[in-house]
Amino acid sequence: MSVDSTVVLETRELVTGYGELEILHGVSVSVCSGEMVAVIGPNGAGKSTLLKGIFGLLPVQSGAVLLGGADVTGKPPDRLVQNGLSYVPQVENVFPSLTIQENLEMGAFIRRNGVRERIDEVFRLFPDLAKRKGENTGKLSGGQRQMLALARGLMLDPKILLLDEPSAGLSPKLVSAIFERINVVNKAGTAVLLVEQNAREALSLCRRGYVLAMGRNRLEGEASNLLNNEEVGRLYLGA
Amino acid sequence: MPRFRAKPSSFIAPATVALVTALLIAIPFERSNGDTSGVISFLVSFLTFVAIYAIFTLGLNVQWGYSGVFNFGVLGFFMLGAYTAAIVTKEPASGSFTDYIGGFGGDLNLLPWLSSEQWLPHLVGLAAAAGVAGLVALLLSVTALRLRDDYLAIATIGVAEVLRRVVIEETWLVNGTRGLTGIPRPLGGLVGSTDYKYLLLAICGGFLVLTYFLIERAIRSPWGRVLMALREDEMATEASGKNVFAFKMQSFVMGAAIMGAGGAIYAYASSSLTPEVFTHFFATFLFWAMLILGGSGNNRGAIVGAYVLWGFWTITLQFQSYDLPDLLQTRMPYIRELVLGGLIVAVLLLRPAGLLPQRRQVSIWVERQLRRRPAAPAGSPTEGASSNR
Amino acid sequence: MILLFLIWAVIDRRDAVVIGVVEGSILALGAVGLTLVYGVLKFAHFAHGDSMMLSAYCAFLLLSGVVSGSRPGVDAEVLPITVSDLPGATTEVWKFSFGYGLLVAMALSALVTSGILVVLDRLVYRRLRQRKSGIVIFSIASLGLAIAIRSLVLMVWGPTPRKYTTTVRENIDLPFDITILADQLFILAAAITVTVLAYILLFRTKLGKAMRAMADNPELALISGIRTELVIALTWALAGGLVAVAGVLLALQAQLDPQLGFVLLLPLFAAAILGGVGNPQGAFFGGMIVGIVQAVVVTFDFLSPGYKFSVAFVILILILLIRPRGLFGARL
Repeated sequence: MSVDSTVVLETRELVTGYGELEILHGVSVSVCSGEMVAVIGPNGAGKSTLLKGIFGLLPVQSGAVLLGGADVTGKPPDRLVQNGLSYVPQVENVFPSLTIQENLEMGAFIRRNGVRERIDEVFRLFPDLAKRKGENTGKLSGGQRQMLALARGLMLDPKILLLDEPSAGLSPKLVSAIFERINVVNKAGTAVLLVEQNAREALSLCRRGYVLAMGRNRLEGEASNLLNNEEVGRLYLGA
Repeated sequence: MPRFRAKPSSFIAPATVALVTALLIAIPFERSNGDTSGVISFLVSFLTFVAIYAIFTLGLNVQWGYSGVFNFGVLGFFMLGAYTAAIVTKEPASGSFTDYIGGFGGDLNLLPWLSSEQWLPHLVGLAAAAGVAGLVALLLSVTALRLRDDYLAIATIGVAEVLRRVVIEETWLVNGTRGLTGIPRPLGGLVGSTDYKYLLLAICGGFLVLTYFLIERAIRSPWGRVLMALREDEMATEASGKNVFAFKMQSFVMGAAIMGAGGAIYAYASSSLTPEVFTHFFATFLFWAMLILGGSGNNRGAIVGAYVLWGFWTITLQFQSYDLPDLLQTRMPYIRELVLGGLIVAVLLLRPAGLLPQRRQVSIWVERQLRRRPAAPAGSPTEGASSNR
Repeated sequence: MILLFLIWAVIDRRDAVVIGVVEGSILALGAVGLTLVYGVLKFAHFAHGDSMMLSAYCAFLLLSGVVSGSRPGVDAEVLPITVSDLPGATTEVWKFSFGYGLLVAMALSALVTSGILVVLDRLVYRRLRQRKSGIVIFSIASLGLAIAIRSLVLMVWGPTPRKYTTTVRENIDLPFDITILADQLFILAAAITVTVLAYILLFRTKLGKAMRAMADNPELALISGIRTELVIALTWALAGGLVAVAGVLLALQAQLDPQLGFVLLLPLFAAAILGGVGNPQGAFFGGMIVGIVQAVVVTFDFLSPGYKFSVAFVILILILLIRPRGLFGARL
């Protein structure tokens, strides 16, 4: 892994939520360049909220988000995208009435040139999509849709990719397929912050991990240590 | 008016009402060269119509203000109520150039006491008006209420427009564009014609007060509290096990029935009806403007809105009697509409809660909890309540 | 069912169908704009019909320079130079009742209308967006603007209906025993051309695709880095262009009438909902269907022509009952 110690993304005591309802009560995570980091935790721990807070989709009440060392707290998504951050939500993550190719073009909206070349590059990573590039996205199966969502997120060649439960609702075979894709993407140098319900698979893929509970940091450390941690095992791995 | 904005809730409403009232007295006083009795009869007739229009605004408030039901077809229910009441109370059609169905006025003096022919047909007409309007609302809610909010708005505009066409085209029904005249006035034989205007004001005002208290009662009941919850958050209310559709339907039907009854009162007060009066502007938009200006979700606001807006309307009508340049004189009606259209937008942008913002009706326990929390959420709760729609 | 009706109508009421196609193409233009605004901004734009009338009058002003004067029935000329002053602009082209000046006026009016809608968005709707108002507030605001626009038209041009030209209109004979006004042929051609242009914009350009993407999923559009405010402005501009062409063509087919705007709302919404909200192709066919049905139904003896626009309402209610997502699928 080409991981160095430069931090590309960091949250400091992030407090956010929906309107009056505070969900995150101060969460700090960091991702180094080229690193793949898992965020696991029970339902309602605030995992998805963390990603939305980072991406400026929820109002940040306090704390900070740093991207490449610069404070980007509360910046609009198009600014974040420009600075190499990309986010793939868990659901509704494709444009159903657009074709596959058009979906990818939308992923590169802010890019002025080289879009066609980038699409070809991304298609090389997802050959199944290339075959159906003119088709409407509405017809895709769940697995293909996740692949397309991932592909869309890669269109700007981001420095860091935020993934919200890419395996949700997929069959075990598809889960390993999508994790394998994510691994390839990461090996190519993109840092990944992976939010997962599938804690065991996520941790076995990642270098480090964070465990959230009740909107707070619970544990963090090397993924292998977390996998062997008794508390994690008991609570989240079903061991 | 930046000075007022500093403390909006306490100043603007009384100031606006005071200004309108002052103009309402001053202008007719000046026009009639200080003839007090003229001013008084002007004010009496003004207040009579404010009372009637406030009934519609209250009905709209039940639908929109309390449960978020989006009715852009007040005209339809207004017209249904007015014409129903008219054909119930009138004598059967006779003579050339008149043709309409119904005409039960003469058959409705069933009670031998208290000269029932003076009021019984009107009560029956009122009930029929409310019933017919409510029934149409019921039918419409089965069709469109389950869909997105704005589909209902379009559907209600449609109903209103179709009803308007029917009234105009089907001359056998309610006499088409020739209209209905000579609708008997309630208690008409009781007082002399010069003093009848006071009685009429009392009747209309009384009915408004009655409607107001009925709605307030309903809103404070458990039923009303569900409605309020619905308006705030439909999904959460659904999740807590309430049949959202049934509640919305009930409030839509109730509001429509109130509008129908208002139509009946309008027919009695004006004693003649013609389809030209029932434009989308007058019979729908004006009431929306009144409600939004007054403060949706607040019954008192709805009444204040009706007062202020009809006051503005009447005052500008008075302007026309001044010697204005031709260029302005011929355009006064349009200028008035332009101001009103602009006013709606301005209120939505600058003061979305209206003159009298909605009071949050929550249980005392919740209120205490809110007070205990030092950091209140951004924006006052009232503002959040009415602007988030 | 609709198909059967159309087949019967073509056989039995050919003249009405021809008129329906002409009027339907105008409705279609308006409905495509309406459905785009509906799809991208998610609210029912009640000022659409009145914007159509405003742009038609705007073209009238550019052509004639005339507004109503200080007294009813007396006009005043306010523009020192009008499109008609261009050399040969009023000479009738082919069998049409107008010269190329109308096209120029239509294009200019499209620019003006686009500008007006974009500015209104900046002044009104964007501020509502920033406050995260619900869709209903947007619709009420648009109704307020509709009233304001209509009264503005009444103030400036008065309530009496007007026409672009008073020249006698020439008929032309087409195959299959169809007779049509030359102007109506122009309307049809112009409507189809503009629809094709809009289609190209929506399906072949990046911004057009972004508009469709926003209609699909606004949050994902934001996440993807699409500059949503830019796309919204473009949506208004495109809707303005479509509205202007539709308005001018309508005034050519019927007349300039300030009251027409509000009445048009029903057929426009019926067309948009029939085609599936947010679906531009659907709106086009929806407009055609509504136009044809309207024109055919008024030929029935038992219905007074006054019910013309009520037909749209019946279609609307049927659609809401049977297929609320529209014949061609909503994109919401």
